[in-house]
Amino acid sequence: MTSYELIDTVQELKKLYLIQKEELGLRLPAALTQIQQDAFNAFNQLGIPTTKAENYRYTDLKPSFSKIYKTALSSQEIQIEEDALFNCDVPNLDTQVEFILNGRYVARQLDLTVLPSGVVYGSLLNAWSEFPELVGKYFAKAADYKDDGLVALNTALALDGFFLFVPKNRQIKDTIQLITMLDHTDNLAVNTRNLIILEDNASAHILVCDHTFGESHFLSNSITEIFAGENASFHLTKMQNANNHSTCLDGNFIYQQANSQVIANAISLHGGLIRNHFHVKLDGEGANNITSGLYLTDRNQQITNHTLIEHLKPHCMSSQLFKGVLDDEAIGAFNGKIHVHPDAQKTEAYQVNRTILLSDTAKMNTKPMLEIYADDVKCSHGATIGQLDDEALFYLQSRGISKKEARLMLMYAFMDEVVSTIQIPGLKERVEELVSKRLRGELSRCNHCDFKCH
Amino acid sequence: MNQYKEELNPETNQDQLLQEMTQSDYKYGFVTDIESDTIEKGLSEETVRLISGKKNEPAWMLEFRLKAYRHWLTLPLPTWPHLTIPEIDYQDIIYYSAPKQKKSLSSLDEVDPELLDTFNKLGIPLDEQKLLTGVAVDAVMDSVSVKTTFKKNLADLGIIFCSFSEAVQEYPDLVKKYMGTVVPYRDNYYAALNSAVFSDGSFVYIPKGVRCPMELSTYFRINAANTGQFERTLIVADDNAYVSYLEGCTAPMRDENQLHAAIVEIIAMDHASVKYSTVQNWYPGDKEGKGGIYNFVTKRGMCKGVHSKISWTQVETGSAVTWKYPSCILRGDHSVGEFYSVAVTNNYQQADTGSKMIHIGKNTKSTIVSKGISAGRSQNSYRGLVRVARNADNARNFSQCDSLLLGDKCGAHTFPYLEVDNQSAIVEHEATTSKIGEDQIFYCNQRGISTEDAIGLIVNGYAKEVLNQLPMEFAVEAQKLLQISLEGSVG
Repeated sequence: MTSYELIDTVQELKKLYLIQKEELGLRLPAALTQIQQDAFNAFNQLGIPTTKAENYRYTDLKPSFSKIYKTALSSQEIQIEEDALFNCDVPNLDTQVEFILNGRYVARQLDLTVLPSGVVYGSLLNAWSEFPELVGKYFAKAADYKDDGLVALNTALALDGFFLFVPKNRQIKDTIQLITMLDHTDNLAVNTRNLIILEDNASAHILVCDHTFGESHFLSNSITEIFAGENASFHLTKMQNANNHSTCLDGNFIYQQANSQVIANAISLHGGLIRNHFHVKLDGEGANNITSGLYLTDRNQQITNHTLIEHLKPHCMSSQLFKGVLDDEAIGAFNGKIHVHPDAQKTEAYQVNRTILLSDTAKMNTKPMLEIYADDVKCSHGATIGQLDDEALFYLQSRGISKKEARLMLMYAFMDEVVSTIQIPGLKERVEELVSKRLRGELSRCNHCDFKCH
Repeated sequence: MNQYKEELNPETNQDQLLQEMTQSDYKYGFVTDIESDTIEKGLSEETVRLISGKKNEPAWMLEFRLKAYRHWLTLPLPTWPHLTIPEIDYQDIIYYSAPKQKKSLSSLDEVDPELLDTFNKLGIPLDEQKLLTGVAVDAVMDSVSVKTTFKKNLADLGIIFCSFSEAVQEYPDLVKKYMGTVVPYRDNYYAALNSAVFSDGSFVYIPKGVRCPMELSTYFRINAANTGQFERTLIVADDNAYVSYLEGCTAPMRDENQLHAAIVEIIAMDHASVKYSTVQNWYPGDKEGKGGIYNFVTKRGMCKGVHSKISWTQVETGSAVTWKYPSCILRGDHSVGEFYSVAVTNNYQQADTGSKMIHIGKNTKSTIVSKGISAGRSQNSYRGLVRVARNADNARNFSQCDSLLLGDKCGAHTFPYLEVDNQSAIVEHEATTSKIGEDQIFYCNQRGISTEDAIGLIVNGYAKEVLNQLPMEFAVEAQKLLQISLEGSVG
């Protein structure tokens, strides 16, 4: 992997590492500083991935990393106004709301909450100091920083984010709604790190809503590591709704043990450049993974969904479904791979990517790949790029539906396949509404927001 | 009793069949004892000049070779294919080897009987008495064209079918006009190498409005040891012309690897249609993966004119390593590109093969059907690109890539790239990977079909879509090849 030379942002980020090391070095657990040091060395070697790297072939990060960003924030800048009761895109859900602002966990009561049941949630940084063994056991074990520059960068720099630990046999019934916000008057680069651990038979649901405020340029490089123990069940939904100047590089590294089930959805509604990265390791018999994504992009927005589903053990199942609509000058990419390791017999793995292009200037690149080293498998992938079906349009029009409405109906129906995989109660309806609004061109991202920045 | 036993224990039976299959020998592995004119090992500008001199080439040709050679020196080795290739020492290869006695031959009697014998063993109808077969053959041994049949009949229609070196001498204008226009010498590592050292090949020109009445065929044979084969084929179909072209290849069994780096260029003008079929059966190496041919080939067709069509069909069973992507550039409006492929890998064979379809003209269509079959410890990859350029309105592509896995040590991979820059395009890609289902075998067994026959039936059905595209003469050979390579090899 070759790297870009002399990008200011990269220099700034390297400086930030040294500053953090000096200021916080002694306060951080030794295990973390060691990992950060290794990751920083790895980053110095890897650099920011270029389009020459196969995994970033269709995602040019150069413009994003060529801007000038502020990289360090003082502690005052991270405080959220107590009364600024934030109302998200997905209100009225029976959720427990948690906030991450500019990469730091915002505590309303405690930095780290330990429930009598053993469930722990709150700030990752605090979890490091209170449960160093637990965190050290999992941290950076799923997200390998040795071969991806972005992961190395995040691992070297990220200090905080959301931490969740669900012990054996515990279920968290309410959905946790994690609202991650970027808000600053200057351009800002942020590295956020989340760690989610579910022990055997545990279950949890998390809804992550990404937001930006104001018109500053943001660069968010976040990583979420998820560990699902035996029989655990986890459901992750991501709602991405950032401004058109922002870059969201979102890595999700999921490690699943036997009979666990993880469902992950990425709903990308807005953002300058969004790159969703899902790396799933199915390392136990009977593990099941469903990863899906939906993208609605227009203007100069860019969206990349990058997946790597590794089947390490027999009898696992995985299914990927990514669908989207591109309008105006939007550029989309799907870069998916199913990798079946030699002993993973009886694997079932499916992958589908479908895209509709609405304008002559929109562009879609898709690369659905299979790498299979076991013989007794059922694997398939399919990709289509096309436009709305003329005959279906005609059918609807001939029944008195206006062309515009008919187009919306068809697009809506096209999206429904992904929306219907969402299993959080109430959320599905809300997403349906958002998708419908997004398709109508009504800017949905601020409808319920008190900040009214638009 | 025996029958009963077999059915009682299908697993053992299948293992046995697999054994038999993997032990079936490469029947084209003989060496012909022919005196040949061979140059020293090694590659330098001198070598390039020497080859050019031996062929008595005009200055422009030498210039082309030298440019290619100098460019080749600057190129890095491609590392992107999903292949493990031991380092190749390009100085340890003989770049020119020709059967001696290469005077102009007027009748078959003048051909070295050993040579004739070779081609007879291969079952190639060099013999002009075999009129019934109706195939015009250009036989290339160690990269020099030995004999071209039916030349006169074709000449009557204005069709030029001759060796490449002959074309350079006799039709320099045509060669100059078309050579390197589809695969420029800068294209890739092996194309540059070939452009520098190619020794011979075939040249075909079909004039306006002519439908070539017979299949044209080239048979490639590597005979001498330590040599690389670098041939170059150029096919030009002028307006409204049609030609069907066949290519076959074999090589002796040798312990060391031999390099084959060829270029095939096809140009189809307005309303022209070219069908190019390959049955590739280079020596694949032994069961331990020792020896075999490295087959690094650049094949590309340009649909230059409106309503032109280029169709590639390939059956790939040989070579230790295959690196080959027959492609179509659909430049003319309404042009059509097709690619049908069956690639079989066994033992330690590796194949990274597929197709590229570049849609540039309006209303262009392309179809890719690729069937991979891997057995033993082989790795079989499909790698393809479908690109729709911004102005290629109403482009249509359908790709289907299926893989069949026979055995638990082999791999089957799919790397499709779809790049669409036009809203009106419809691009579809489908792929499946599976083994022959136990239920399918059971179903056949239940109806009194033995396991071996059932597998034959299923594999044949699996590959039929591609085999159907082959001309008669080749379809028979291809089916036989598949039989040798696959029968009973399912676990």
